[in-house]
Amino acid sequence: MANPKPEELAKIDLTPHKTGWMETPTVFKKGMFCYGNKPKSLETVGFPNVRSWSVLDEDWKLPENWQEIFIEGLRERVDKYRSFRLFLDICVRCGACADKCHYFIGSGDPKNMPVLRAELLRSVYRKYCTTSGRVMGKIAGARELTVDVLKEIWYYAYQCSECRRCSLFCPYGIDTAEITILARELLNLLGLNIDWVAGPVAACWKTGNHLGLQPHTIKDTFDMFVDDIETYTGIRVNPTFNRKGAEILFVVPSGSMFADPGTYTLMGELLLFHELGLDYTWSTFASEGGDFGFFTSNEMAKRLHNKIYEEARRLKVKWIMGGECGHMWRVWHQYHNTWFGPTDYLEEPVSPITGTKFENTKSNKTVHICEFTADLIKNGKLNLDPSRNDDLVVTYHDSCNTSRGMGILEEPRYIINSVCKNFHEMPPQTIKEQTFCCGSGSGLNASENIELRLRGGLPRANAVKHVAQKYGVNMLACICAIDRAALPPLMDYWVPGVRVTGVHEMVANALVCKGEKKRTVNLRGEPLPGMEGE
Amino acid sequence: MGLLFSFFTVVALVLMVLIGVKAAHLHYLFGVIIPYMAFLAFIAGIVYRVVQWGRIPVPFRIPTTAGQEKSLPWIKQNKIDNPSTSLGVIIRMALEVLLFRSLFRNTRTELRDGPKISYGSTKWLWAAGLAFHWTFLIILMRHFRLFLDPVPLPIAIMESLDGFFQVGAPVLYLTDLIFLGAVTFLFLRRVIIPQVRYISLAADFFPLFLIGAIGTSGVLMRYFLKTDVVGIKELTIGLATFSPTVPQGIGTIFYVHLFLVSALFVYIPMSKLMHLAGVFLSPTRNLANTNRAVMHVNPWNYPVKVHTYAEYEDDFREKMKAAGLPVEKE
Repeated sequence: MANPKPEELAKIDLTPHKTGWMETPTVFKKGMFCYGNKPKSLETVGFPNVRSWSVLDEDWKLPENWQEIFIEGLRERVDKYRSFRLFLDICVRCGACADKCHYFIGSGDPKNMPVLRAELLRSVYRKYCTTSGRVMGKIAGARELTVDVLKEIWYYAYQCSECRRCSLFCPYGIDTAEITILARELLNLLGLNIDWVAGPVAACWKTGNHLGLQPHTIKDTFDMFVDDIETYTGIRVNPTFNRKGAEILFVVPSGSMFADPGTYTLMGELLLFHELGLDYTWSTFASEGGDFGFFTSNEMAKRLHNKIYEEARRLKVKWIMGGECGHMWRVWHQYHNTWFGPTDYLEEPVSPITGTKFENTKSNKTVHICEFTADLIKNGKLNLDPSRNDDLVVTYHDSCNTSRGMGILEEPRYIINSVCKNFHEMPPQTIKEQTFCCGSGSGLNASENIELRLRGGLPRANAVKHVAQKYGVNMLACICAIDRAALPPLMDYWVPGVRVTGVHEMVANALVCKGEKKRTVNLRGEPLPGMEGE
Repeated sequence: MGLLFSFFTVVALVLMVLIGVKAAHLHYLFGVIIPYMAFLAFIAGIVYRVVQWGRIPVPFRIPTTAGQEKSLPWIKQNKIDNPSTSLGVIIRMALEVLLFRSLFRNTRTELRDGPKISYGSTKWLWAAGLAFHWTFLIILMRHFRLFLDPVPLPIAIMESLDGFFQVGAPVLYLTDLIFLGAVTFLFLRRVIIPQVRYISLAADFFPLFLIGAIGTSGVLMRYFLKTDVVGIKELTIGLATFSPTVPQGIGTIFYVHLFLVSALFVYIPMSKLMHLAGVFLSPTRNLANTNRAVMHVNPWNYPVKVHTYAEYEDDFREKMKAAGLPVEKE
C-alpha cells in the first residue's frame, strides 16, 4: 500500500462532522488499524476465544455471551481501580485535552480526542453501571453495547498509544492511558487483541523476549556485535550470559538486539561496560525489558516480567540495571515494585565505579542506565572526546513513558551534552513532560497501520523539522526502543535527512577506551569527523 | 439535542415553582420541605459517592510526572510537579485545586500549511474557570449572612470588599458580575468551539443553565424585583435553627431561586459536578512519585501463572549447551 505524499497527508481538518458522534458510524479505514491476533498467540498464553478472525470481517466470532463478559469485566474493574471509576465519573468535557493528542492532531478524527475516546467506553459504563444512564439512556450520555459499539471501542483503543499527554493537561488528571489499558483488557476477555501485540506476548512467554530470539540466537547475535566492535575500535569485549554471582543483571529491550539503530545502542552499552570493567551479566531468559503484556492486561504484564526477578534471584546478582526503553520504564518504575516487591534478596544499588548510592531506587533496586551513566560522567570516570560526534547536530526526543510516567528528563540531556557539542532543544511544548509520542507506542508499531503511525507521528516530526531547519539538526536522540524502530521511517517521511540514535551509541563513540586503536569510524562503521579519508 | 433538553428542563423547573407557589400556594413545601430534602440528598449523596470511591483500591502508584524526578543528588528535582514527599503532593494538589495549575498549561494547536504546527498558550478556559469557581465560592459564603445572626466579621468584610465600588443601591457585588460573565463564557465556548460542542452532552449544558438561572434569579431578586429581605432572613434562620417558619409576602422570585438551588443540591452527587470531590482522589495527581524508593501495596495483588526458568531451560537446554551457555541441569 503506497503512502500518500506528506503534503496530502497533512491536509487535516480538525473540525468535527455535523452528525453527533453516537450517530456517526465508525468506518474502519485501511492503514489506520492493525491486524487481529492469530489464534496461536492467544493459545500460547491461555487467553480466551481462540479462533481465526479478521478485523474487516463482519463476524468477529465473539462468544455467545460476549456482552455479559464485557459488562461483568467492566463492573469488576471499576471496583478494582479507583483511577478507572473516577476517570469515568468526573470528566466535565471541558475539552482541554482535545488537541493534545498526537493522533487527533494528525488525523482530525474527533473520536481521537482523548475525551471522546474515553466517552466511547464511558457511554457503556453509564448504561450498565449508573442509575441515570440506565434510566435516561441517551440523554444521559449512555448507549447500549452493540457489536458496532464494541468494534468502535476496539478501533480507537488501538489508536491510542497510552502516552498520557492528555492527562498532563486535564484539570483532574484523567489519564486516557488508564482507560485504554483497561479497555484493551476488556477486549482481551473476548480474544480481541492485535497481532502486533499478541504475537510478541506469546513469543515473550516462550523465549523471554518479544522477538522470539532463542538463547543460542542471542549468543550468536552478540558474537556479531563483539566482532563489529573489535573491527571498529580494536577492543574485544567479552559479555557473559546467565552468569551466576555477577554483581548486576543488565536487561534491555530485545529490539536493541535485532534492528538498527537499536543495535548500535546495545554495542555502545557493551563497549561502555567493558571499559568500566563492570561485573555484570546478560540473561537469555530475562532477555526483554519491554513488556507488551502491558498492552494486553495487567495480569499478562505481570506474568511476563516475573522472569526478571526470578532470574536476578537465580543468578544471585545484587541489583538490576535496565537499558534504554520507554514503556519498559513505565512498567519497571510504576508497576514492578507493586507486583514483585519486596525484593529483599537484592541489595540497594550502589555504583561499583563511583560508590554512588541510588537512593531513589533503594526499594526496587532497578537503575536506569542513564542514571548510571550520568553519575559516571559527573564523577569524571569516563574519558570522553565529544569532538568525535562533531558531525552530529543533535536534538532529543523524550519518550512519553520516561517523561510522564517517571520523570527522567535531565539525565539523558546531561549525558548528551557531555558527549557531543551541538545540541538543540525542540520547542518547549513538544519536549520533556509535554513531549509528543513517536506515533507508534503501546504496540502500534506494525506496518499495516502505517498511515496511523505517520499521522500520529506528525507533531513529533514537525518539531524535529523545526530544529532541522533552524539549526541544521541531523540526529534525533532518544532512549526508547520503539522510538528507535519507529522514528527512522517517520523522519524519512516527514523530515528526510534526520537520523535516529540511542544515547549510549553516542556515549560509546565519544568514549576514549584503554587500549583502543586509532578510532576512525563510529559504531555504524561510518567515518568519524575528520577521518573521512582514512 | 442536549442543549435544548437542558434548557427546557430548567424552564420546567422554574414553571414548577411558579405553579407551586403562585397558583397552588405551596409555600411550606417550596420554602421548607424541598430545601431540607435537597440538602439532605446533597450531603448523603456526596458522602455516598466519596465513600464509594474511597473504598475502591488504588492498585498502582501512577502519578503523571510533570517534571524532573528525584534521582541523583546533583540533578535538580521538580519538587511540585514530580513530588517525592507528602509536602510536595500537598503543594501540587493545592495548586491544582485552588489555581487549576494543569489547566494553566493549556495550549492551542494550530495547523498551517507546510505543514507547520504551533502551540500557542491559551488561558481563556483557565481564567474563566477560575473566575467561575472562585466567585461561586465567594457568593456561597456571602449567603452565610442569611443563616447566621449576628453576621460573622469575616463575612461582613468579604461583603464590603465585594461591594468595594459602591455602585448602585443596593450595592453591586463585583462577584455577581464576574460570575454571570464566566457562566456565559463557559456556555458560549461550549456552543461555539466545534470540538467542544461536539463532545457536549445534556449533562454539560444542564448545570450551566441551572447555575446560570440560579445566578440570574439571585441578581433579579437583589437588584430588580422587590423582595422582603427581613422575611427571607426569618425563613433562612428558621431553616438553620431547625425551627422553620414561612413568613408571608416573600416574592415568588425567592422561591424560584431557592428551588433551583435545591435542584442543584440534588443534582451534584449524581453528576459530573462530583469533580469537586473527585479531584482530591485522582491517583495521577495525589500520589508521590516514590515508586522505586517505597513499595506501593496493591491489596488485590495475586499470584499469576508464570513461565519459569526451569521450563525455559527444559525447552532450550540442548541449544544452550551447544552455544556454551551455562545450564542448571546437565
